[in-house]
Amino acid sequence: MIKKEVEIKNRTGLHTRPAAMLVKLASKFKSDFFIEKNGVEVNGKSIIGVMSLAAEQGSKLTLKFIGEDEVEAARAIIELFESGFGEIEELKKDENRDGSQNN
Amino acid sequence: MAVKIIEGIPASPGIAIGIALKYEKLKPKVTKKEIKEHEIDVEIDRFLRAIERSKSELHKIFTLAVEKLGSEGAQIFEAQLLMLDDKVIIDRIIERIKIERVNAEFIVNDEVDKYIKFMQSSGDDYLKERAHDLEDLKNRVIRNIQQEKWLSRFDSSRIVVAENLTPADTLLFSRNQVLGYVTDLGGITSHTAILARALKIPAVVGLREATKFIKTGDTVILDGYKGIVIVNPDQSLIDEYQEKLARISEFEKKLEQLKFLPAETIDGKKFTLLANIEFPDEVDEAIQKGAEGIGLFRTEYIINNGIIPDEDEQFEEYIKVAEKIYPGKVVIRTFDIGGDKIFRDYRKEANPFLGWRGIRVGLDKPDILLPQLRAILRASIKRNVMVMFPMVASLEEVREIKKMLELAKSQLRERGIKFDEGIKLGIMIEVPSAALMAKEIAKEVNFFSIGTNDLIQYTLAVDRGNETVAKIYQEFHPAILRLIQFVIESAHRARIPVSMCGEMAGDPYASILLIGFGIDELSVAPDSILRIKQVIRSVKYKDAKRISRRALVFKTQEEVKAFISKELKGIIPEFAF
Repeated sequence: MIKKEVEIKNRTGLHTRPAAMLVKLASKFKSDFFIEKNGVEVNGKSIIGVMSLAAEQGSKLTLKFIGEDEVEAARAIIELFESGFGEIEELKKDENRDGSQNN
Repeated sequence: MAVKIIEGIPASPGIAIGIALKYEKLKPKVTKKEIKEHEIDVEIDRFLRAIERSKSELHKIFTLAVEKLGSEGAQIFEAQLLMLDDKVIIDRIIERIKIERVNAEFIVNDEVDKYIKFMQSSGDDYLKERAHDLEDLKNRVIRNIQQEKWLSRFDSSRIVVAENLTPADTLLFSRNQVLGYVTDLGGITSHTAILARALKIPAVVGLREATKFIKTGDTVILDGYKGIVIVNPDQSLIDEYQEKLARISEFEKKLEQLKFLPAETIDGKKFTLLANIEFPDEVDEAIQKGAEGIGLFRTEYIINNGIIPDEDEQFEEYIKVAEKIYPGKVVIRTFDIGGDKIFRDYRKEANPFLGWRGIRVGLDKPDILLPQLRAILRASIKRNVMVMFPMVASLEEVREIKKMLELAKSQLRERGIKFDEGIKLGIMIEVPSAALMAKEIAKEVNFFSIGTNDLIQYTLAVDRGNETVAKIYQEFHPAILRLIQFVIESAHRARIPVSMCGEMAGDPYASILLIGFGIDELSVAPDSILRIKQVIRSVKYKDAKRISRRALVFKTQEEVKAFISKELKGIIPEFAF
């Protein structure tokens, strides 16, 4: 079994699309995959389960991989978390714009 | 029974007279039933078939929703479809049927409820909404297990009365010859309203207490023009409305004959009638309905899930429209979106309508605006394309826009690509500051197009999608009429043409005023073209001018409307509903 803690980086958290991406990727592997947040554990191959975790940006999750291809599964899934589910971080540059927009 | 008139918001035009069917979303009854060992396979089979049936239902709804609402509006169904594909939960349910030996719907209800409760208890609004979706989905599957014919109560045409309708309900009922929709909640931009208009089903929304006063079986008259619902009308009212219905249908037939006639007043003043479109496919319909060109080609549809196609792909779309409408012209508007539509990482704004929208996004993000401008320029090769910019609020922005267009042109020249060097550049007049600066701005652009929806919203400070204040959204507010008149006059002084592409242009009442003010072009939904042509062909320009001048002296919307109504009755009685 591989156990690994990750933090949600993308702004929208594990909402519908990221959850769907995660489940789709996890389902490619034979290993079982579980996600735990604050003592609640769900099956990482269940989109309803993943969504019900309400994992927001900044949430800490524990990922568990159990099975023959657990090393590959862990590598691929952790990479997906690291990449922030491919969301563009375009707005970062604009964060200082607001000063001029006050009334 | 006493006649009762309830006032709401006119959401979709038309008149319906019929029997009310009160629609309350019934939660299917689930009771626990033990099953025998030999029944287990049958039970699992029932469950799996219900999943398949639910999937095909949702697919149909999803496709229809994408078509009518765009991918944004269809998102809820997409989420439901994804959830329906959850193999882990499906397997778990099958497992439990085998072990616990109880009926499928009980297990489905029990298992899915766990997640619903979980989602509801979270503090996350998004997740609470998804809990509703999951609940909807659960009920759909259970209904399908029970093979209940949900719509069996639709034995004949009915007016559906509900507290609120989901887009799925609205679409499904429309296949069952529903006569109209009446809802307590909702505003003019709610999904029910948009869909009802797209499906051409009369609707009145935001009635607040319709479900309290209307019972299933009551006779109801729905007036989608005035936004009223009459419960238990007496015979004279029914006769009156039946007569109106007959007049409308006869009038529709008459309109058809106008297709190939010019939009010209009795005394010979010609106007140009154009169509607003959202997709290239709509060009055919626009031409068929008699449009001389496309006055507004919205380009937002191209953006799919926040991804903007590159210059080449955009060019393919724009050239399609330019070629189809040739020798007619097409005015292509650059992306009119909020930052939230493109950037997943977008930071929430307290007032999105006063925030980062339209040209503000374009000017801040040249990597979005420039490829679009190059694509539009490349499509202008036959000189029938114009470019238009949304949400302009100041002269500085106009100057920046012009620089951007010049930059895009020079980039194409460097690449040796040909385009219309003299492409016309116009702006939407939809922010009050731009309207008030019309004289100065008119000297720097080639045309104006007045976008009334936003102009009214910003001038009156009313969000018309908000049902609490929708009633004070007034198209005929004297302030609006004065602004419009000022914009048209300012444009003409600078010798540039003005068109109007907001919803107001498609309103027969308003069109009299607009032609009287001297607007050059009206760009409306393809469906409204013939109606507006009929108005133009029925008046003398001289009279329209007189009416519009008089209309400017009134102090309230009510006075304006009463005056135009009286005048119109004398000119085209069909319109004086």
